Amino acid sequence: MTVGLVIVSHSVRLAEGVVELAEQMAQGKVAIAAAGGTSEGDLGTSVDKIVVALQHVRESDGILVLLDLGSAVMATEMAVEAFAQESCCPVVMSSAPLVEGAVIAAVEASIGNSLQEVAEAAAEAHTLPKVQAHQPL
Amino acid sequence: MPITTEDTVRWIRQVARVLNEQRNFLTQLDSPIGDADHGINLDRGFQAVMEKLPSVAEMDIGSILKTVGTTLVSTVGGASGPLYGTAFLRAGMASSGKYELYEADVVHLLEAALEGVKARGKARPGEKTMVDALAPALLAAKEAVAQNLDIAHILLYTSEAAEEGMKATIPLLATKGRASYLGERSIGHQDPGATSSWLILKALADTYGHGV
Repeated sequence: MTVGLVIVSHSVRLAEGVVELAEQMAQGKVAIAAAGGTSEGDLGTSVDKIVVALQHVRESDGILVLLDLGSAVMATEMAVEAFAQESCCPVVMSSAPLVEGAVIAAVEASIGNSLQEVAEAAAEAHTLPKVQAHQPL
Repeated sequence: MPITTEDTVRWIRQVARVLNEQRNFLTQLDSPIGDADHGINLDRGFQAVMEKLPSVAEMDIGSILKTVGTTLVSTVGGASGPLYGTAFLRAGMASSGKYELYEADVVHLLEAALEGVKARGKARPGEKTMVDALAPALLAAKEAVAQNLDIAHILLYTSEAAEEGMKATIPLLATKGRASYLGERSIGHQDPGATSSWLILKALADTYGHGV
């Protein structure tokens, strides 16, 4: 069993794109679901869509949720509260930057690490330098 | 005279009407300091509420308010969905099984709604949010009840305090929500969430007081 991932974004395409990137790293070993946009597919977040995404990966050994901005946090909290009434699969919300966090979490989950280990690795994602400091252009 | 289920339904209808009328104004307020969707989101949410309202109009006030809350959560799409959704859900729980609300109930409902918003948004007064309209409104309601005023006056003073609180958000620096990404540039703008909170409380005072 591996940890599952849910990607929450205000944008349908951003959520799906992050899932695509993360799946490339997970090589089919991790259940990853996207919950992007409102129920109509507009920019925004949908509690219902997040609940469905959580249900989609519920067979996992815990779920890490990665999210983009602001209200994604509140919508995810409400979804997690609703999901907790029907499933005892533990869910953790990550403060990690979305893309880096999702890629790192996918790798960590794919090698069978625990929810806590995957969450801790994702949380460190912001410390990874993308560009060397003071690198001349 | 208590607030009845008919008053509650009339209030929610008025909220839907006012938020529809003020949709562009709220979105304009949200445009310099947010994502320019507050009016659109709330209008969409309360139009969905209007569709559900007839099916619960005969039920207790708690069921009506809980239905408003769950509908907003599933349809609003922005931060105001979870926030107003939680506010109405908590107010609904505080009025569960009741067909009439008396003076003290008004305070309990407002208190439950405010606590819900604070818990969901992790916001405190002075952060340029809905809390800045709702917290003074609750305080005014408590004072009015302590002075043994009737419900019409309690609601009037509650609405006036929310309006004052809303205006007081203009000089504040936003530290919550999308506006917080703007830092100092958020100063000088009236908070859209505090504005919609005032409109919702004003709709209650207007419909109860005048039987519109």
